[in-house]
Amino acid sequence: MTAWRPARVAAVREETASARTLVLDVDGWDGHRAGQHVSLRLTAEDGYQAARDYSLASAAGEPPEVTVQRMDDGEVSPWFVDVAEAGDALEVRGPAGGWFVWDPHAGGPPLLLVAGGSGLVPLRSVLRTRVRSGDRTPVRLLVSARTADDVLYRDELAEPADGVEVVVTLTRGAPPGWTGRTGRLDRAALDALGSPPEREPDVYVCGPTAFVEQVASDLVAEGHDPARVRTERFG
Amino acid sequence: MGRVTTSRGFAPKHFRRPEQAEQERVPPGQYLAHGFPVLTVGPTPVVPPEQYRLKVVAADGTTARTWTLAELKALPAQRLTTDIHCVTRWSKLDTTWEGVPVDVLLEGVPPAPFLTAEAYGDYTTNLATDDVVGGRGWVVWGYDGAPLTPEHGGPVRLLVPHLYFWKSAKWLSRLVLRERDHPGFWERAGYHHRGDPWREQRYDTD
Repeated sequence: MTAWRPARVAAVREETASARTLVLDVDGWDGHRAGQHVSLRLTAEDGYQAARDYSLASAAGEPPEVTVQRMDDGEVSPWFVDVAEAGDALEVRGPAGGWFVWDPHAGGPPLLLVAGGSGLVPLRSVLRTRVRSGDRTPVRLLVSARTADDVLYRDELAEPADGVEVVVTLTRGAPPGWTGRTGRLDRAALDALGSPPEREPDVYVCGPTAFVEQVASDLVAEGHDPARVRTERFG
Repeated sequence: MGRVTTSRGFAPKHFRRPEQAEQERVPPGQYLAHGFPVLTVGPTPVVPPEQYRLKVVAADGTTARTWTLAELKALPAQRLTTDIHCVTRWSKLDTTWEGVPVDVLLEGVPPAPFLTAEAYGDYTTNLATDDVVGGRGWVVWGYDGAPLTPEHGGPVRLLVPHLYFWKSAKWLSRLVLRERDHPGFWERAGYHHRGDPWREQRYDTD
């Protein structure tokens, strides 16, 4: 069996009140592709171990980063969000995943990225990989979040790279002064905001199961080729 | 075994251990899920039950049998309770299903050592025939006392609970017997050809 690699938390960034990005320093790390995930394993003093899979948030070629959303009944995510500090030890397997991935290539199809909540994490890797590689693929990113305070990577989304259009919609009400969209990414919103099927975009949808089920079905109903719609669901 | 790295502050308040009886049923590296997570590579295919067909294809490429959903349900059905294990690390205990053993569907079909399970929506996965006969694999249409819902593979999916759940192809359309092993969708994407959770056969390097 492939060995777990010793790793350390290199740095921690607060993203929201309930999510953090952790930069990892992994022995023998050999790089990853945008969209891939890693398994992270924690070991308690008495030897108890727990492992979970997390999407990588950083660009291909950057040190591995994960963004972890605290699950209130979780056994692993609270450690990352509430306890972990630079220098803390853990173990890493991966990267893994050969389907929900994107590699830069000149002349490739445009991208339609659709994120629900922390489903934004692997899509952030796509955006950063695109910029880092100098790729110019046109990208439209739709982000659905509950409230403005739940939006990950707010500063990055506010200043998208050339060729990247970002639409954030809030599903549980907007703060005073919010000029963006509100409401769910239903069929009408996808029709209005998404890339039309005629442009034949490659589509990546990531988020909670119910979100992905609905968005993927609506996109197919709108005319997108199911073979071009990649999905990743969690929860 | 090398030295195990302890993660500072990963302490009892941060986790709940499964009960001992449950622990023995959870393979290494897995945790108990409370809901029923969904893992699918793309949109959920729409397969109207009245249009559903399951074909068994012999190793020489000829279609041996075709069933409608009503014809499947007329076969000697079984209810079974079993544990399932997804490679994304969740396990779920005591899930209940209704379906028919794969043995019944392969009766009279010339035997072959491997098969490919093919699904509506073009998903495929490969299995050794020994892993789905002998009461180890089922074709199911019921879950938890109700018809199997589309997101969980309805109207009909394969159920091979002793292997990681990606082997239990949703929206099953064909069982194609083969003389040689042909890797399926995830198996070509770096996942293990057999996928035994008790041996943690997650990736092809395991």
